Amino acid sequence: MKNALGSVDSVLLLGGRSEIGLAIVERLVRDGARRVVLAARGEAEAASVRLKGLGADVHVLEFDAARPETHGQVIAAAADLAGDLDVVISAFGVLGKQSAYEDDPVAAAESVAVNFGGHVSTGLFAARRLREQGHGTLVVLSSVAGVRVRRANFVYGAAKAGLDGFAQGLGDALHGSGARVMVVRPGFVSGRMTAGMAPGPMATTPGVVADAVIAGLRAGSETVWAPGKLRPVFTVMRALPRSIWRRMPR
Amino acid sequence: MTFLTGWGRTAPTPATLATPRTPSELAALVSGAPARGLIARGLGRAYGDAAQNAGGLVVDVSRMEQRWSLDPATGVVTASAGMSLHDLMGALIPLGWFVPVTPGTRYVTVGGAVAADVHGKNHHVDSSLGAHLRSLTLVMADGAIRTLLPGDELFWATVGGMGLTGLITEASFTCVPIETSRVRVDVERTRDLDHTLELMTATDAGYRYTVAWIDLLARGSRMGRSVLTRGDHARRDEVPAGDPLAFAPASRLSAPPWAPNGLLNRLTVRAFNEAWYAKSRERRMIQDLAPFFHPLDFVAGWNRVYGSRGFVQYQFVVPFGQEATLRRIVSRLSARGVVSFLTVLKRFGAGTPGMLSFPLPGWTLALDIPAGQAGLSGLLRVFDEWVAEAGGRLYLAKDSRMRAELLPAMYPRLSEWRKIRESADPGEVFRSDLARRLSL
Repeated sequence: MKNALGSVDSVLLLGGRSEIGLAIVERLVRDGARRVVLAARGEAEAASVRLKGLGADVHVLEFDAARPETHGQVIAAAADLAGDLDVVISAFGVLGKQSAYEDDPVAAAESVAVNFGGHVSTGLFAARRLREQGHGTLVVLSSVAGVRVRRANFVYGAAKAGLDGFAQGLGDALHGSGARVMVVRPGFVSGRMTAGMAPGPMATTPGVVADAVIAGLRAGSETVWAPGKLRPVFTVMRALPRSIWRRMPR
Repeated sequence: MTFLTGWGRTAPTPATLATPRTPSELAALVSGAPARGLIARGLGRAYGDAAQNAGGLVVDVSRMEQRWSLDPATGVVTASAGMSLHDLMGALIPLGWFVPVTPGTRYVTVGGAVAADVHGKNHHVDSSLGAHLRSLTLVMADGAIRTLLPGDELFWATVGGMGLTGLITEASFTCVPIETSRVRVDVERTRDLDHTLELMTATDAGYRYTVAWIDLLARGSRMGRSVLTRGDHARRDEVPAGDPLAFAPASRLSAPPWAPNGLLNRLTVRAFNEAWYAKSRERRMIQDLAPFFHPLDFVAGWNRVYGSRGFVQYQFVVPFGQEATLRRIVSRLSARGVVSFLTVLKRFGAGTPGMLSFPLPGWTLALDIPAGQAGLSGLLRVFDEWVAEAGGRLYLAKDSRMRAELLPAMYPRLSEWRKIRESADPGEVFRSDLARRLSL
């Protein structure tokens, strides 16, 4: 249960090796969360050991974002292991090269199936569980890439745009149930996922995003931008004419 | 679904709210409990999440038909659980009887008072409510109705058991004969914390009711300065002419429906504390029961004054001999300038056999802290650890934020309680947010 001062007891991370996701989980554990489930494709040993070292009970579940037919089972298994799910973090995703996607439309569709489709099934299954509980927050890692899709990464951006809209709608659907959805819109995050790429303007780190998420969870925010200044920046970006927007180099 | 909070107005959760009127309606609710279980709720005075049940059923017993009876030969009162102490006092005081224990508000139900094993200003003499209970009636998880006596282990799992062993429908307890509805009150100020502890230790035995209000914002040599209020039921010859047993609490003011967050801040609370301390010169007086025992009841909905973020009530007890922990906590609070509108210190006497009952012989300190203060969570967590190390504990009826880990250390009979509860309610029909948060 989320307590009077905003701390929680249990957390499920979908995408159990996500750097941002793990940074959030680590902060929640430092703040008192004790029941952790990492749902990951393959092992999550290192993260599991680190979180146990911080005092958490950690369980690892096999999770494949591309197989929606298994997602209901993953949420149910997590609830069996951890009891009520106070926070569910939907953090999985893949970031490929736009040019590669243009060369290989099948790979592009597969990435969208993970980055968007996978979240639709996990999100709806998780929402069902949170609604039954009457409490809990689903944290959805969207991206500024989806706020206005750019020519330079429109396959990834379109998936994130879909995800962002889906998450907002799901949050509205849950309104009044005690459960909530928090949409997180990070900018360029320097980390494993973006290794080798030149950092974008206003680049941030998984730790900064996680701090913003923690503050948002305490405050009960519906939308979190990381860093926060991206919000006014994108208010302007959204208003730019197409002729300029399509020339955005990245 | 209705969103409910405790008196602190933090962490709301939705539940289906049922308002049964008769015992059979109530039993039907228990037999038909949903998967998320149910919990009884009285007047919602528990500060945290004890009477909330996210996604489940909350049974409001305060609208049940009220029944009470008094055996004038023994002073034993039997009352339905949904009855408030306010109504009970209105009935009993004119007959020359007073409840054996009253918390700082009359607006609690009998059932809630049993479930929290409440204490009052007479704890150092009379212990908590459980010590005066003769019997309890409980709707069990299977819908059966059972009457429990102090010889039953389920009785002591229920006293202080936060409503998790069954639904209390009736309680019998021994009342106290009184000659008047007035209290002879002695007020005295102390210079600092040591003086407060000294004076309470020296004079407590001479009074049935004692409590100290602490100015938590006083620092340095004045840290812990207090106003001691001590009293006894007044005798008939001490009160002015007129009906000696008249009980008509002043009609209630109502707090405004909305107050800004931060209205109670260091500045306003310091000003209040200064004024209160200055006004509380040594004096003796005769006071009505209501302002002596329940000063805050005069303002209906006073919890709204804390603003929409609500507040946290932090109450702990440390055993005698562990005064160092009490000093450490008071000095940390004072140094940090933590705003607590009402800080109250009290000496506890003997506890009851209630397995999750809060009081133990020692010092108890209660604070009301606005929830928005920076660093509050971490500070209270440090205090939790100090309290547990000292062999003390937190009060579950007030808690809204502690972690499950320290509970076994604070309540050494927790595992015994869990066993009894598991046999009484194997399917966890009785569930609350508090139970989930603390893995009770």
